[in-house]
Amino acid sequence: MKKYLFILFVIFVGYGCNSTGTKVAKEKQVTISAAGATFPQPFYNLAFKKYAEENGTIVNYGGIGSGGGIKSLRDKVVDFGATDAYLSDSEMAEMPGRVIHVPTCVGAVVIAYNLPGVTQLKLTPQLIEGIFLGEITKWNDERIAQVNSDMNLPDMNITVVYRSDGSGTTYIFSDYLTKAGEKWGETVGTGKSLNWPTGIGAKGNPGVAGTLSQSAGTIGYIGYEYAVAMKIPVALVANSSGNFIEPSLNSITAAAEREMPADTRIMITNSSVPDAYPITSFTWIILYQEQAYDNHTEVSAEAAVKVINWITGADAQSIAKSVYYAPLPKNVAEMASKALLQVTYNGKIILN
Amino acid sequence: MGGDRITRGVLFGSSLIIVLLSGGIILSLTGGAIPAFKEFGLRFIFSTQWDPTAGKESYGAMAFIAGTVITSLLALIICIPMAFSASLFISEYFKGTRGADILRGLVDLLAGIPSIVYGFWGFYALRPLIISTGLSDQGFGIFTASLVLAIMIVPYATSISSEIIAMVPVELKEAAYSMGATRREVIFNVVIPSARSGIMASFILALGRALGETMAVTMLIGNANIIPKGLFSPGNTMASVIANQFGEASGLKMSALIATGLLLFAITAIVNALGKIVIKRFA
Repeated sequence: MKKYLFILFVIFVGYGCNSTGTKVAKEKQVTISAAGATFPQPFYNLAFKKYAEENGTIVNYGGIGSGGGIKSLRDKVVDFGATDAYLSDSEMAEMPGRVIHVPTCVGAVVIAYNLPGVTQLKLTPQLIEGIFLGEITKWNDERIAQVNSDMNLPDMNITVVYRSDGSGTTYIFSDYLTKAGEKWGETVGTGKSLNWPTGIGAKGNPGVAGTLSQSAGTIGYIGYEYAVAMKIPVALVANSSGNFIEPSLNSITAAAEREMPADTRIMITNSSVPDAYPITSFTWIILYQEQAYDNHTEVSAEAAVKVINWITGADAQSIAKSVYYAPLPKNVAEMASKALLQVTYNGKIILN
Repeated sequence: MGGDRITRGVLFGSSLIIVLLSGGIILSLTGGAIPAFKEFGLRFIFSTQWDPTAGKESYGAMAFIAGTVITSLLALIICIPMAFSASLFISEYFKGTRGADILRGLVDLLAGIPSIVYGFWGFYALRPLIISTGLSDQGFGIFTASLVLAIMIVPYATSISSEIIAMVPVELKEAAYSMGATRREVIFNVVIPSARSGIMASFILALGRALGETMAVTMLIGNANIIPKGLFSPGNTMASVIANQFGEASGLKMSALIATGLLLFAITAIVNALGKIVIKRFA
């Protein structure tokens, strides 16, 4: 009898804890789901965590890639998506509703390499193109040595490391080479995944960064913050003015300070600004302009718009800097808020 | 009486679920693969071109089929001597000894290690070793992937073959001994011939595992969408390309990936069917 009483007691206590626990959580917290690009994920993770602490709204962000983000939004399984490649006109037309682009920060794709004894390597767009096309195969190739005359380049084979999965990072990199290279556009082209003429593939930014840091003689492209975090040396890249620019918050911001189309859909690679790092891009959050679709509730619509508005504001933008993304320039931040003002629920503007 | 009916009902129901599931998988794979086959026809199987760039999309799975078949067969070849000797050690030569128990335990342990851990080990331990031989610049490629695959499938082949070898009737062996046969002669003339079909079956099962293995392979094979040019050339397998690319895929590319999955399914089915024929013939 004692035993039964004890079991009953345990069940009772357990049940009590459980019910009070969930009640508190339900009253306070709204949970939003979002998915997309991995390129800005370090920033989003930090920002959403801080937002949850301050406002109680939890954002579950799935880093599934830009294409996945677009697809999830199209299938209406997330409150908002995130992408490094803005939606093309045909992709916009395929979406079931009008989609708003909100830029959240500016990121750089860096050319990282692992070459014992060599730092501050300088590369021109022609060299990058030659290496990634498999035409330049040795580190001590004359063409590389010409630009890096002060360096002792080893007699080593170059191994190109690229993304084996589809990726916005690849999109930014190939968009840059299509613009700045001589024959990249015809031979390989721009895309989230490509038909690579040479090299080996690794999965995700962490995969490429890990392979680079583990093997000498490799070169690849990764999000700037991954290179900093893994302490992999990055190349100075010649921009369209012919200046060799090291990626930094300043040189990335410089690329973003420019005239913009009203919907912010623009690739800013190969900037003409003299001190801009040339492989940079905005990254966007995408959401439907009309939030009342299917059984999407007003509560989650409002919470989503608020969190996106916060991320383009000063607080969150300073977090971006700590993980090596450049904050939005003023004019673009204004455009972002303006874009959010268009978002409605049943025709009623959500933010005011 | 009622209990019997319930048992029968439950068994019937659960078998039906399995049949429906496999039917459903085949159906949805085929349905998803239709656009790719419509667009490329048989070229999808025989072409090595895998170009996802918008505007000039073209998909052919030959590079992945080659990568899958080559790595799996190579893994099987490496696995056979290891698994064969281990199972003889456990079930015949040192049967019942402490050593056999320890070996059996270790083999079972190998079976329980997740694929990603093998991948890690290959990436951080095996790859530097291969680089140091000077045969490969970065240590990625067919050979590294096959070697790790071989180690991964050894437990499957070993545990089944050792069970089979243990099942060889004692009378047979005793008869041979009484005729004055040595231990080696008993093993090669009595044990192996009578366990032959089971041993073959164990290797075919292991090959099936190797065909579908994804994570460890993708970490080591180099993920280059080409027909491997040699043992140390990078390549890619069907399972690996699907795992890598489905996240960003849509439209024709998604269909091409599903079609690749269907082909992998077909290859595995063919291997299993071949296995059954082999077992029947030699049994």
